[in-house]
Amino acid sequence: MASTARSSSTLLKRFLATRLNQSRSVTYMPRPGDGAPRAVTLIPGDGIGPLVTGAVEQVMEAMHAPVYFEKFEVHGDMKAVPPAVIESIRKNKVCLKGGLATPMGGGVSSLNVQLRKELDLYASLVNCFNLPGITTRHDNVDIVVIRENTEGEYSGLEHEVVPGVVESLKVITKFCSERIAKYAFEYAYLNNRKKVTAVHKANIMKLADGLFLESCREVATKYPGIKYNEIIVDNCCMQLVSKPEQFDVMVTPNLYGNLVANTAAGIAGGTGVMPGGNVGAEHAVFEQGASAGNVGSGKEVEEKKANPVALLLSSAMMLRHLQFPAFADRLETAVKRVILEGQYRTHDLGGTSSTQEVVDAVLDALN
Amino acid sequence: MASFGFQLLKRTLGNRSAAARFFSSAPYTPIRATLFPGDGIGPEIAESVKQIFKAAEVPIEWEEHYVGTEIDPRTQSFLTWESLESVRKNRVGLKGPMATPIGKGHRSLNLTLRKELNLYANVRPCYSLPGYKTRYDNVNLITIRENTEGEYSGLEHQVVRGVVESLKVITRQASLRVAEYAFHYAKAHGRERVSAIHKANIMQKTDGLFLKCCREVAEKYPEIKYEEVVIDNCCMMLVKNPGLFDVLVMPNLYGDIISDLCAGLVGGLGLTPSCNIGEGGIALAEAVHGSAPDIAGKNLANPTALLLSGVSMLRHLDLHDKADKIQNAILNTIAEGKYRTADLGGKAKTTEFTNAIIDHL
Repeated sequence: MASTARSSSTLLKRFLATRLNQSRSVTYMPRPGDGAPRAVTLIPGDGIGPLVTGAVEQVMEAMHAPVYFEKFEVHGDMKAVPPAVIESIRKNKVCLKGGLATPMGGGVSSLNVQLRKELDLYASLVNCFNLPGITTRHDNVDIVVIRENTEGEYSGLEHEVVPGVVESLKVITKFCSERIAKYAFEYAYLNNRKKVTAVHKANIMKLADGLFLESCREVATKYPGIKYNEIIVDNCCMQLVSKPEQFDVMVTPNLYGNLVANTAAGIAGGTGVMPGGNVGAEHAVFEQGASAGNVGSGKEVEEKKANPVALLLSSAMMLRHLQFPAFADRLETAVKRVILEGQYRTHDLGGTSSTQEVVDAVLDALN
Repeated sequence: MASFGFQLLKRTLGNRSAAARFFSSAPYTPIRATLFPGDGIGPEIAESVKQIFKAAEVPIEWEEHYVGTEIDPRTQSFLTWESLESVRKNRVGLKGPMATPIGKGHRSLNLTLRKELNLYANVRPCYSLPGYKTRYDNVNLITIRENTEGEYSGLEHQVVRGVVESLKVITRQASLRVAEYAFHYAKAHGRERVSAIHKANIMQKTDGLFLKCCREVAEKYPEIKYEEVVIDNCCMMLVKNPGLFDVLVMPNLYGDIISDLCAGLVGGLGLTPSCNIGEGGIALAEAVHGSAPDIAGKNLANPTALLLSGVSMLRHLDLHDKADKIQNAILNTIAEGKYRTADLGGKAKTTEFTNAIIDHL
């Protein structure tokens, strides 16, 4: 009798121990002083930007995360990003931003693009994955789209030859193609990804995309453990909507990356939930994964029903980048729990909650 | 005298039989159309199309042309001058899959057709085939793609080692032309909305010019709703809810990607019809899939893409009742599920599938 009581109590202890240790991540040994608060530049942006960055600020405060924000007002119709903002990002090295709306055909170049070029943030990353709890038509989606961010079709070099005829230059250089290919393979290597796919249209644009492919192939030989293949962009989109599970990491030039990232985000749940960011050799800017120029409709701003999940998950990526992995884990776990429970969801996920309700739910789920 | 009378008799008899032929034929005189069966599975599926059209009593007389085995110097490609003249004269054609021979010194077949016939718009209707289930239901949209300029101008050069430039050209003339066709098509087929797809927030002058032309044409058709959608939003909306779109009009590169994306939504290139429109009302319908040399000659090919392309061709010719009849027969056969070819998951042969469609007519 006594022995069974003893064994049952040990069983109970072991059971409780496993349940309590469930969310503890792998031990991370910081250096002394790593816990000092880090400054992060915050750009609320336009449209739903202030709403979702406000959500991030609330959650960071609730977690007592060692970050503090230096806020700067930037709007899409400004001629250029104010130099004070650039200075701040150069100092802090990390920035979190909401979307900046670009006026259509208005003669003002996109500030999103300007920021990326100014800081040489040459890689844009979007992680598209199925969030448990959101039903989509496609399962087993876990794609990371790494897109060259500085050249290609977005060079901004356009001119009118004669009235009625306009030319736009697409520039591809070996330097940029090589460094994005290196980043893609390095990402795959560091994150235990098995395959890198290069997306191109080299059957038509033989020299330009041909150069991109050449660079990718060269880098691929240096990573024999990672599979490499190539796919034409129109076939790629077709495969994405029918068999997305075949893709792992995708590396693309600028324009195709935009399309592929948005398509992948769409099949995995929408741009409202996909995290992402832009990274360069020295700086990193985190923002909503795909479609950063989309600042939402007027209705979303008025009714305060924008989806904060994308920016919350991007800020978790930012916390990992700043080497605060435990905070990142807590934030991600809380957000994923809220999505799984399904009670508080914004309109794009099929619910009716407002931004604040989702944020409150995340704050409750934090432990 | 008798011989004179005989001559007169022969002439009147001859005339009468000619007159009889004229008045006793169907309400339409037979329309001549050029047919390029193509390579690989091309001839089999072209045969299927001919049989079904005959059974449906479509008043079309086919003029077949084949890709030559040597380069015709007049066209710089394997397509002969006679083939091109035939399409120009007949103004309608149907083309099967053609495998471009590898090599230098000649233009690709598609490029030849496009340049010589001035095919400026590529129209691809995408609708869900009832009975062939994909992840998307209720897809019903048309993509209209500018086919001559844009990013595919082919003007590239290496500036210095390691730096390549590629030109994207947008002209007012080509953009107006394709926008006109898009609105005309929408009106002719009872469509309610035309969406122009662009990236004018980044490529302000080029896509800006395209949008300006679309807006000008939109003003002439006030009954059709017009909207502009940025391409990344468009991609996302298409994969989340394709029912949001009706007719899409776009420049060359976006059109290529979006039309293939839409083909993927409904089941792939093996089921997608397509029609190229040229200056002066020329229409060349084509099947966009490959020539599948591995199943050529084995009676296994799926003729649906070429059949539906033929249906688009009939609609272009305003033979809507025949087009509807054949389209319904095809959809019913696939929906019934008894006769499906291998790529749709069935076991029927091409000939069995064809006969099933004829039965459904």
